[in-house]
Amino acid sequence: MSKHTVTIELNGSSITREVDSRLLLVHFLREELEMTGTHIGCDTSHCGACTVLIDGRSVKSCTLFTMQANGKSLTTIEGMETEGKLHPLQEGFHEEHGLQCGFCTSGMIMRAAELLEKNPNPNEEEIRWGISGNLCRCTGYVNIIKAVQYAAEKMQKEAA
Amino acid sequence: MIPPPFEYLNPNQLSEAISLLQKHGEDAKILAGGHSLIPAMKLRFALPEYLIDISGIEGMDYLREEGGQLRIGAMTRESSLEESELISEKYPLLLDTVKMIADPQVRNMATVGGNLAHGDPANDHPATMIALRATVMVEGPKGSREIGIDDFFPEFFTTAMDPNEILTEIRIPTPPSKSGGAYLKIERKVGDFATAAVACQLCFDAGGAIEQIGIGLTNVGQTPIRSTKAEDLLRGETPNDNLLQEAGLLAADDSDPADDLRGSAGYKKALVNELTQRAIRISIERSERSR
Repeated sequence: MSKHTVTIELNGSSITREVDSRLLLVHFLREELEMTGTHIGCDTSHCGACTVLIDGRSVKSCTLFTMQANGKSLTTIEGMETEGKLHPLQEGFHEEHGLQCGFCTSGMIMRAAELLEKNPNPNEEEIRWGISGNLCRCTGYVNIIKAVQYAAEKMQKEAA
Repeated sequence: MIPPPFEYLNPNQLSEAISLLQKHGEDAKILAGGHSLIPAMKLRFALPEYLIDISGIEGMDYLREEGGQLRIGAMTRESSLEESELISEKYPLLLDTVKMIADPQVRNMATVGGNLAHGDPANDHPATMIALRATVMVEGPKGSREIGIDDFFPEFFTTAMDPNEILTEIRIPTPPSKSGGAYLKIERKVGDFATAAVACQLCFDAGGAIEQIGIGLTNVGQTPIRSTKAEDLLRGETPNDNLLQEAGLLAADDSDPADDLRGSAGYKKALVNELTQRAIRISIERSERSR
């Protein structure tokens, strides 16, 4: 099976690599690029730990071939801070104790990023539905919701 | 889990995709959103040698009303239905359905065409499209043809498409005034397949009787099921509690569920009974609010 050339705008920089057809996006990120912020949890598209943004839309990178991201813009957790300053969502998870073990956190943040982009001021129910494709097994969802609310408030203030 | 090796093909014309299907025959599979196919490949349930990714073909992702029909391009993502004003205003059954499909990230990839073409009786759109009396457009080497939704799912995990045909569009009759619809699904958790689910679409005539009604059932048989008995009972009638209860029983009778981890066959039949009554009630309420 032949190799394919993939070009992706990854966290603002263009990268080009040769990949196998069957290389999953999450393995491309973690193993080829050694960007391990994106996690593999269930590997069956249930848990959301591998969530990244493709053209601003949250997707589960364990259930995408790298070639499906060809020519697209990809954002991972590594692309969330700017110039050493945490993204409001990262800050929110820190301030509100939105993580214990942290395994689900990068996926939660990437999913919440799209949620807040579409709905800047979600209520609790909207956040719960919004992150219904992400599982947390230790922190519990209460503080995760607070973390997203923290970010929503901060982002709205910054936008004002 | 790493899927077995295959060759990735990404045509940018529909005709090219069809030629590739002709060339590779049963060894090829169409890749749409991939959220049924890729998990199946990881588990070695599907072992295609060629994947034909049709996401690069322009003009397959759209939602528009035309010629008295809602036309949905096969590559329309589920999230596009969810975010569409047209859908939320006029197609409550579709909006209900899409909210119950998997989870937000999966809906960003999953396509309406793929949900049907996969042929899985546990998928949600088949029952919806049965209730809406949709037509499926497919294209192959001999041109395009339309397949009525009642002929589209002949048996378990099978569609009426030839191996070298591609699903291109779904056509749904635009609902007349005094129409309503609803989809009710019981699932163990977000993202699970239905333990049982019921889709209902109906419209009333000027005299207040049900003029037309569609009732589709999810994951309670070898194929998605139309409850013809419940539909026949209600068509032409002014609904009342007794009729609705009878319709629930008839829908349960039309279902053919199996015992599995989600519940016993008897439990699922009881769900179909109750969900049918509720879906009809909500559809009636919504029809009163529609123009």
